[in-house]
Amino acid sequence: MAEYNSLQQSQSISKPPTAGDMFANKAFRVLTLAFTWGIVLLLAYILYKIGGKAIPAVKEYGLGLLVGTTWDVNARTFGILPEIWGTLYSSLLALVLGGFFGVSIAIFLTQNFLPRSLETILRSIIELLAAIPSVVYGLWGIFVLIPIIRPVADFFNTHFSWIPFFYTSLSGPGMFPAALVLSIMILPTVAAISQDAFRAIPQKTKEAAFGMGTTRWEAILRVMLPTAAGGIFGALVLGLGRALGETMALAMLVGNSNQISLSVFAPANTLAALLALNFPEAGDTEIAVLMFAACVLLLITLLVNMLGALIINKTGIKR
Amino acid sequence: MSEQVSQNNERHLPNLERQPFEPRALQSIILSTLTTCMAIIACIPLFSVLIMLLYRGGKRITFEVFYALPPTAFDLGGGFGNAILGTLFMVAIASLISVPFGILAAIYLAELAPDSRIATIARFCAKVLSGLPSILAGVFAYAAVVLVMGSYSAWAGGIALAILMVPTVMLTAEEAIKMVPRPMKEAAAGMGCTPAQAMLKITLPVAVPAIITGVVLAVARAAGETAPLLFTALFSDYWLRPNEPTASLAVLIYNYSGMPFPNQIELAWAASLVLVLLVFILNLISRAIGRRKTV
Repeated sequence: MAEYNSLQQSQSISKPPTAGDMFANKAFRVLTLAFTWGIVLLLAYILYKIGGKAIPAVKEYGLGLLVGTTWDVNARTFGILPEIWGTLYSSLLALVLGGFFGVSIAIFLTQNFLPRSLETILRSIIELLAAIPSVVYGLWGIFVLIPIIRPVADFFNTHFSWIPFFYTSLSGPGMFPAALVLSIMILPTVAAISQDAFRAIPQKTKEAAFGMGTTRWEAILRVMLPTAAGGIFGALVLGLGRALGETMALAMLVGNSNQISLSVFAPANTLAALLALNFPEAGDTEIAVLMFAACVLLLITLLVNMLGALIINKTGIKR
Repeated sequence: MSEQVSQNNERHLPNLERQPFEPRALQSIILSTLTTCMAIIACIPLFSVLIMLLYRGGKRITFEVFYALPPTAFDLGGGFGNAILGTLFMVAIASLISVPFGILAAIYLAELAPDSRIATIARFCAKVLSGLPSILAGVFAYAAVVLVMGSYSAWAGGIALAILMVPTVMLTAEEAIKMVPRPMKEAAAGMGCTPAQAMLKITLPVAVPAIITGVVLAVARAAGETAPLLFTALFSDYWLRPNEPTASLAVLIYNYSGMPFPNQIELAWAASLVLVLLVFILNLISRAIGRRKTV
């Protein structure tokens, strides 16, 4: 008993919580829970707001909006098929380029090609590519990239115009410069996630391959790539998700022309660029149609991003 | 049998030296060269952008551009002081909204009820939001703020940016809080701390560097965003008035890049240089903090 009393009178900082502490604890818990609900409600509210504003357009035009190909404010005819096509086409082109480079760089950075210090520098450079704002890429595209690639485009157009990809000439902005800039922008995403995928492979797997007498590239192509395939696929899908929603570089470089063309030198348009260019000056009907376009964009990106997240989850890479 | 094999081997003893022109070795050499080239090519855009920014933007950077208002169509001179101020103001609004929001939600997700159903749903929603195209944040802010207030404003721009920042802050803060060593949290609980006290007095202070890393990255991203501001904050040639259209560096670059006046295009390059420097410095700060953290 004496011991107990001395314990109570000691200057120890440990003590049971007071009623006030307990109340504060409860309040804190409720507060954090409220904000956790907040993020759920925020997403729901965003979907509700954008979806709700699109309803008048669906009522007036029906789903014909999805297959219409003209956009004429004065005639009040709207269709977003060229924009859907442009969004998918530019993103896929960018994915082919950016994915190829991204995966190669991931291999280059994870398979002991470089000394550690150079590896760190190269990784930082690739990461900084992602830090440059897209509007700056747009400016660079207009004044640097397009003048550089125009002679190349002319060459392909004059000599290979029988290939449907090259049958028009590049008259300035167009699909190719836009896709090129887009591929630069998704390269860091693809490279970063692919590197994680390669690093997740146990060292033993590689050693086993080398032990069998493979060359470095036989090990990479036949053992490392197939093992990392799931993660790389996830990286490509997430890169695609980024490309689909990218706005500014496309709005500045794609040419804002309402047409469907296979040619990579033809101007085109994308959903995001359509929103960026037409929203500020749109009237009520046009706003409703633009909201519908926003819904379509939202749906496409949500699907692609969820697919990517699911694949990454399955491969068990920690991001 | 084994004698036979060894005899065979002696007869056809393979050449164990490296044969650079053997197809397998050749394939390896070619592919290595190719990847090296690709890595070098991938670095070109960054350097090209930086050199052009320094060259074309650096020419135009004077003290004037930091305090002057944008020039009218045929004017020479001028600057983008109002755009710098507008960007800072809107990013500040976005941070004031998203940082408390993100951190409080992250505390619940990481510590108070990590496996509850609402935590799983919220985490999923945050991931979905982090993949939201930035232009859609602008569309939302237009519908929810601009249409309600009846005018383009800095507030609408700030809210649009906040929507982009919340998921980043929340997910990085959750990771940061989770990384605090278990024994520290248990020691706090053992001393009689309530979960709230343990969080505020022990876990959160330890996690702060990692949280700041995430916040700074989110701020850097928000500062460079254009699409959410296009039709929420719009643009303005005058000094900041939060209830009216507000200028920002990013929208200024976009607007001026399409103008036929050389002075405006030069200003766009100068503004790009300022914006990229701002974003890079924020990135460096975040890396420096991230490297220093001990947890």
